Amino acid sequence: MAEKTFVNCTAGGPIRVHVEDGRITKVRPLVFDETDAPSWTIEVDGKKYTPPRKACVATFTLTERARVYSKDRILYPMKRVDFDPKGAPGSTGPGGRNAQNRGKSPYVRISWEEAFDLVAGEMKRIRETYGPEAITSRCSSHHNWGNVGYRTGAWARFFNLIGFTDILDNPDSWEGWHWGATHAYGFYWRLGNPEHYDMLEDTLRYTDLIIHWGNDADSTHGIYGGNESALWRYWLKEKGIRQIIIDPYFNYTGAAVGDKWISYRPGTTGALALGIAYVWITEGTYDKDYVASKTVGFEEFKKYVLGEEDGIPKTPEWAAAETDVPARTIIALARDWASHRTCLAGGTKGGEGGHCRQAYATEHNRLMVLLQAMQGLGKPGVSIWGTANGPPYNHTLDFPGYASGINFNLMASKPIQNPVKQRLYRLLVPEAILDPPIEWMGEGFCGGSLEQQFTKFVYPLPGHSEVKMFYRYGGAFLSTMTETNRWVRMYQSPKLEFVVNQDCWFSTETRLADVILPACTNLERNDISEYASSGGYSLHASGSANHRIIIYQQKCIEPLGESKSDYDIFCGLAERLGVLDEYTEGNTMEDWIEKMFYKSDLPKYIDFEEFKTKGYFLVPQIPDYKPTPALRWFYEGRPCDTPDFANPKRGTDKAHELGTYSGKIEFVSQSLLAHTPDDDERAPLPRYRVSWEGHHSELAKKYPLALISPHPRFTFHTHHDSHVEWLSEIPGHRMPKDGYDYWIARINPVDAQARGIRQGDVVRLYNDRASVLCIAHVTERARPGVVHSYEGSAKYDPLEPGKPGTTDRGGCVNMLTPGRLMSKNVPGMAPNSCLIEIERWEA
Amino acid sequence: MTRYGMVINVAHCIGCYNCFIACKDEHCEIDHLPYAAAQPLRGQTWMRVIETERGRYPKVKVDYTAIPCMHCDKPLCVEVAGDGSVYRRPDGIVIVDPEKAKGRRDIVSSCPYRVIYWNEEKQLPQKCTLCAHLLDAGWKQPRCAEACPTNAIVFGDLDDPESEVSKLLSAGRVEVLHPEYGLGEKVWYLGLPKNFVAGAVVFGDTDQCGAGVTVTLEGEGMTASTVTDVYGDFEFEGLPKDASYTVRISSPGYQEVVIPVRTNVSVYLGDVVLAKA
Repeated sequence: MAEKTFVNCTAGGPIRVHVEDGRITKVRPLVFDETDAPSWTIEVDGKKYTPPRKACVATFTLTERARVYSKDRILYPMKRVDFDPKGAPGSTGPGGRNAQNRGKSPYVRISWEEAFDLVAGEMKRIRETYGPEAITSRCSSHHNWGNVGYRTGAWARFFNLIGFTDILDNPDSWEGWHWGATHAYGFYWRLGNPEHYDMLEDTLRYTDLIIHWGNDADSTHGIYGGNESALWRYWLKEKGIRQIIIDPYFNYTGAAVGDKWISYRPGTTGALALGIAYVWITEGTYDKDYVASKTVGFEEFKKYVLGEEDGIPKTPEWAAAETDVPARTIIALARDWASHRTCLAGGTKGGEGGHCRQAYATEHNRLMVLLQAMQGLGKPGVSIWGTANGPPYNHTLDFPGYASGINFNLMASKPIQNPVKQRLYRLLVPEAILDPPIEWMGEGFCGGSLEQQFTKFVYPLPGHSEVKMFYRYGGAFLSTMTETNRWVRMYQSPKLEFVVNQDCWFSTETRLADVILPACTNLERNDISEYASSGGYSLHASGSANHRIIIYQQKCIEPLGESKSDYDIFCGLAERLGVLDEYTEGNTMEDWIEKMFYKSDLPKYIDFEEFKTKGYFLVPQIPDYKPTPALRWFYEGRPCDTPDFANPKRGTDKAHELGTYSGKIEFVSQSLLAHTPDDDERAPLPRYRVSWEGHHSELAKKYPLALISPHPRFTFHTHHDSHVEWLSEIPGHRMPKDGYDYWIARINPVDAQARGIRQGDVVRLYNDRASVLCIAHVTERARPGVVHSYEGSAKYDPLEPGKPGTTDRGGCVNMLTPGRLMSKNVPGMAPNSCLIEIERWEA
Repeated sequence: MTRYGMVINVAHCIGCYNCFIACKDEHCEIDHLPYAAAQPLRGQTWMRVIETERGRYPKVKVDYTAIPCMHCDKPLCVEVAGDGSVYRRPDGIVIVDPEKAKGRRDIVSSCPYRVIYWNEEKQLPQKCTLCAHLLDAGWKQPRCAEACPTNAIVFGDLDDPESEVSKLLSAGRVEVLHPEYGLGEKVWYLGLPKNFVAGAVVFGDTDQCGAGVTVTLEGEGMTASTVTDVYGDFEFEGLPKDASYTVRISSPGYQEVVIPVRTNVSVYLGDVVLAKA
């Protein structure tokens, strides 16, 4: 039994994979060897800080062996038994398409030949009958990892080549920062997240207090950075830097390093921010020079805070009534903050705090920026930093991220662009299919300009066909989007004449398709990538890891069953559609990987064959590294000197300005004033707005509990969860009862007792939108009145299959969340504005 | 000689369960004979992680304690087995022989730490081997330690005074989970959760946080004193279980408050309102 090892990468870090007899036997964190470049060292006050010589990967990353061999793997192409492509659109009964049975009827195995012919045949028919825009498709974030083999590689090239109605993603992890904070401090090119450069050293050196406001970096990992930054927060704690947790749930970061927990009523965080501003204004404890020279509109804000505008002074007592945080605590927090150099870990990159996904979250996230502006944002130790990105970083080696556009275009002799102008918007896909026409404002990821947020869209676009075919690819939206019974209803509509699902695992949406295509995982094929690197609108995101590691993702085992690589699947379809040569340009996947290597700066450092054989390259540190802390340039009035090359004002005579219209921090947003001056929900001046689904709502009488559903700790969205049985034995993830692994709902003992609920009871979470079964974990970590349950269940298990709205036993709590958008001009999702009731479930 | 030991720093454990998963990755459905038969897909956790929640809303502390086999010097499992079906290697690793121990359910109940699991299908007691098969092959540490992102699991040679584990031991702050068992455990802990007594002082006349107030804790032959922080919060951490104390809260101009407490569990007194003298 000869053991071989391979290097690969995941959404939570690089791994060494051991294989014996063609079977994976171990998945380990990548451990560096003596030939790899040395790690960085930060020296502060005589103490040296240096990271471990290994990748500190995410928990779910270590489950790859179980995930590859999961009982949920899709091993063969399949067709729904009562789907007949010869049937006319809308046909039912024998020989029909029977769309109404999606989610109900079983599947039959078919050959790849049959599957390719069927899918390509339907694509041809639909394109000829209605035009290319009648096909839509969307991918996941990130059931696999790799720059060319799946998402923005193989998938994106195929669909952009043939033309399709693309679905614009909403920035689901940082909505309020994107649609709100950009109008206060710019950074639209980073989708509302501020730059993070050298924040680890700056915070170690200068900060006294960290306020984790809705920030749970230990769970959200700086997105793709695994558990790399956990050690940083212990360094910060042991340096004597206090860490306060503001969250309705005492989250994992709080459990690890929190010194104090302040819990507020969900939906009222803007009031808390205003109460703090009131203390600073009335006590004069804000940076007046900074406000005068680096911000606009403060006087108007001051009037609003003091009540001169609406007759309501935003006193701590007023804030206390809204937030249920005692006024004295608000006053003490405000004074503590103002009298220390404070880092606001506001739930941005590295936190993705749940408060940015609630009704009117734009206002709250703008207030986060404005509070730090009042304390001199950019001053040593005074920052907005999620504590999960920003170690010493070598930005000089250029290597594309997964989101550096349609990645094949970087290497292809003929780049391709989607010829179809029509778009859908992810949050509104069900409405678009079931009840068109629809319209919305805002382009989804508005990384090119602030103006993109004001672009108006209609669907169908005049002169364009409605969508007739949905090619769903990787992952599942039923437990990541909102009010997701809408999606079940959509799938059962005959208006979708044909539905394909291509994935590695059966997940919540897979069994709503007509044809299921089995893709292999990225451990079963080659690819190339960088650890934690997004590229695109998250420039230098690989700074969420301690080391920059570029990986030749080595194929470890043969594809399981009859699964194929995504590239091979799209080649099979491209051949039948007569576009194979354009799709591949004669290249194998290995050719594309090699081309990406030569397109990057890697050849300056390592030979291709050596890289391919070793499997990774650890990027060395810059000799005599000089930190350029984030926003220090702005504070000091200098041109931007950080490596944020995406900053559009760099190298211009405005290089010392922010990306707002005024170039300053805007209490009164000039961009909102220019585009939507009459919007009272995202007004030029941010105000506290009572949630459209919160404790003041009429609905609260019927559904008195607030459900919050943040990003999960032990699975990346839906991509691991129930596919990996090991995870069900982590009591913080799922809990087994009577042979079934239930998703967890966390509830305070007070609320549990009032409902006769005990630890380990199966409970039903319900409102007018849905009904979901979970298992109760009774805990003091949940604020009274709050139910905490993560998004990301991979299991949709309706008690009556095929019937939308029936009780789901799998744990898709997103079915309960409102489909309503954040505000009238803001197309963000607001799952954390959700009222429910909960009861013991007697089966 | 090499003698293996482990120090687990609870204060540096974020509860990520990487150790728990890495252990499953190594042992689930894979034999490592002659030290271990494959662990079943479900039901055994050779590296168990216990979540401890202390206090009550809104003063809560949460800790994670990873619990492998303690690889005792005087293992009860070896004694109960009697026939060598559980044995201690010269390096201190205690092994349940996957052949000889078949059918020996009594070995499971021999362990007061309850870290031996019963494999119903194989009729076999099973537990952590410290990845002995890997150490024999030249590995420096077991999978759990390798997977830990915060170096909270330190593994090494107790006979090497330069090893990190030896240095932690000689620093003297380590303890075993149950010293009263007297088993000579080779897994030690730093930062095990004890009990705390805490509260939040409020000035009754102004309804402001009672900052800078002296609070003393007396009892069990000791007196400790602290001063409330800007939020009026005070805390005495690291107290033994089932101890009785008196909390005395005094501030000039206010009536003193005296509260008796008993640490059956950690005690959060909530808001303590001081009335004007």
